[in-house]
Amino acid sequence: MKANGTVFKYGDNVDTDVIIPARYLNSSDPAELAEHCMEDIDKDFIKNVKKGDIIVANKNFGCGSSREHAPIAIKAAGVSCVIAETFARIFYRNSINIGLPIIECREAAEAIEAGDQVEIDFDLGLIKDLTKGTEYKGQAFPPFMQKIIASEGLINYINAAK
Amino acid sequence: MGMTMTQKILAHAAGLETVEAGQLIEAELDLVLGNDITSPVAIHEMDKFEKKDVFNKDKIALVMDHFIPNKDIKSAEHCKCVREFACKHDITNYFDVGKMGIEHALLPEQGLTVAGDVIIGADSHTCTYGALGAFSTGVGSTDMAAGMVTGKAWFKVPSAIKFNLTGKLSPWVSGKDVILHIIGMIGVDGALYKSMEFTGDGIASLSMDDRFTIANMAIEAGGKNGIFPVDEKTTAYMKEHSKRAYQVFEADADAVYEEEYTIDLSKLEPTVAFPHLPENTKTITEITEDIVIDQSVIGSCTNGRMEDLRTAAAILKDRKVAKNVRCIVIPATQTIYLQAMEEGLLKIFIEAGAVVSTPTCGPCLGGYMGILAEGERCISTTNRNFVGRMGHVNSEVYLASPAVAAASAVTGKISAPAELGL
Ligand code: SF4
Repeated sequence: MKANGTVFKYGDNVDTDVIIPARYLNSSDPAELAEHCMEDIDKDFIKNVKKGDIIVANKNFGCGSSREHAPIAIKAAGVSCVIAETFARIFYRNSINIGLPIIECREAAEAIEAGDQVEIDFDLGLIKDLTKGTEYKGQAFPPFMQKIIASEGLINYINAAK
Repeated sequence: MGMTMTQKILAHAAGLETVEAGQLIEAELDLVLGNDITSPVAIHEMDKFEKKDVFNKDKIALVMDHFIPNKDIKSAEHCKCVREFACKHDITNYFDVGKMGIEHALLPEQGLTVAGDVIIGADSHTCTYGALGAFSTGVGSTDMAAGMVTGKAWFKVPSAIKFNLTGKLSPWVSGKDVILHIIGMIGVDGALYKSMEFTGDGIASLSMDDRFTIANMAIEAGGKNGIFPVDEKTTAYMKEHSKRAYQVFEADADAVYEEEYTIDLSKLEPTVAFPHLPENTKTITEITEDIVIDQSVIGSCTNGRMEDLRTAAAILKDRKVAKNVRCIVIPATQTIYLQAMEEGLLKIFIEAGAVVSTPTCGPCLGGYMGILAEGERCISTTNRNFVGRMGHVNSEVYLASPAVAAASAVTGKISAPAELGL
């Protein structure tokens, strides 16, 4: 599996309240949530994001609430992958469970800039910054999580195990 | 190699002799929790299962608390979805308007969480029940759906940070100040993926309400869970509230901790977290400028319990909320509401010029009621002060204890009770 897109770059501690503000949580429709994705941190995100684009951020991405609406909104906005130095644990778990690819990689998170064209090979955990001509190795998932992702989420994984 | 308290509970729930940090395990669940925001997503996900029955109708708790009594049509539809689900599956612990409370205050009070339990909740502050010596952690809606069907969840066994508490808190200093101090010290990702294990002889002096507040905010340091040892206060609390059998686990003497901190409770002062992160803390003496406020919120799963209301009432009694301040008091559960009424606290709040609301999350997450306008500033006993958390993106939330929130409501600026001669 591969992803290729333009980078949207954010800093440390991007929290679930800015990813999808609580005032929109009276909906659980992915398309509707996507319309407000990142609204409180980057008003233009949803105007500019194209299918396949990539979010890159620093420490503790997705901290705060357990709302699965956050990775759902990001995925529904068309984002193909989030790269960060670290992820908050519930966000990490939720992303795997709903099948939003995420990669932890400090070097990539530091070096990649907004607007860069980036290609990701998930099988190899390889991140290529095509704009800069640089390459980074992201942290691979343990086999158990790879299976969940390969099944496109926890529920299919459990169904298949029965 | 010894195990931490958290690791012991997880090993037991996974049917293993020992576990170690980093190990992936599957554990049996004692309780699966969801609320009016996260449950509809989980219920929708459950449709995708081949097996659609719940694993145990007594071990699921559904609490309508965030947007209720419903603030609009969409939130009403959400609650309706959960209500129909609860009815169809005959869920024993379904809490709707009239019976509800904020989930993390409600479940321990209703006796649904006890020491030794393994609990997941589709709400990040599920870590609150660590105060009782349970392993509890927040998950998302898909995990909740899987938990409701299988009665199990996967976990990566966490490593731990030990917080050794010594001494005794000064008057007007509470559990909120302890946890804000810790988050200020280690940062909002200081305990990322780890369990925060509290130990030490200082714990004996902390009330159960203090412990709930501390465990509640483990997530604000990135923690997987926060956990307290079980002592006489814990067992007394469980006996008063629950009929369930509990099980006490203790950390091994040679348990491994990645870091250890010692905190002398007697040295702590009222502490305030400045916008827009819970780690931006200052003690009250470090705050030199006047920070004028527009609103004071006393409530939430962090600080809407009996002791919190008693503290606030002790400060607001025979005093008035400052002219340009809106003070909103929200008892966390119906039982607390009733008790506050019987103790005369509601009268004190209303006479002081505060409003008292039915139990709800309301302003805590900027859901409804008490929303801030552009440029407004609120002191709040809640747990998050992220950008836009309580309203407009250009509004500000300062986190503090009930004592500070009440004193600030009176003076109109961020103040400790000492400023009122208390
Ligand atoms: S009171 Fe606030 S933090 Fe607690 S459950 Fe409700 S919204 Fe979440």
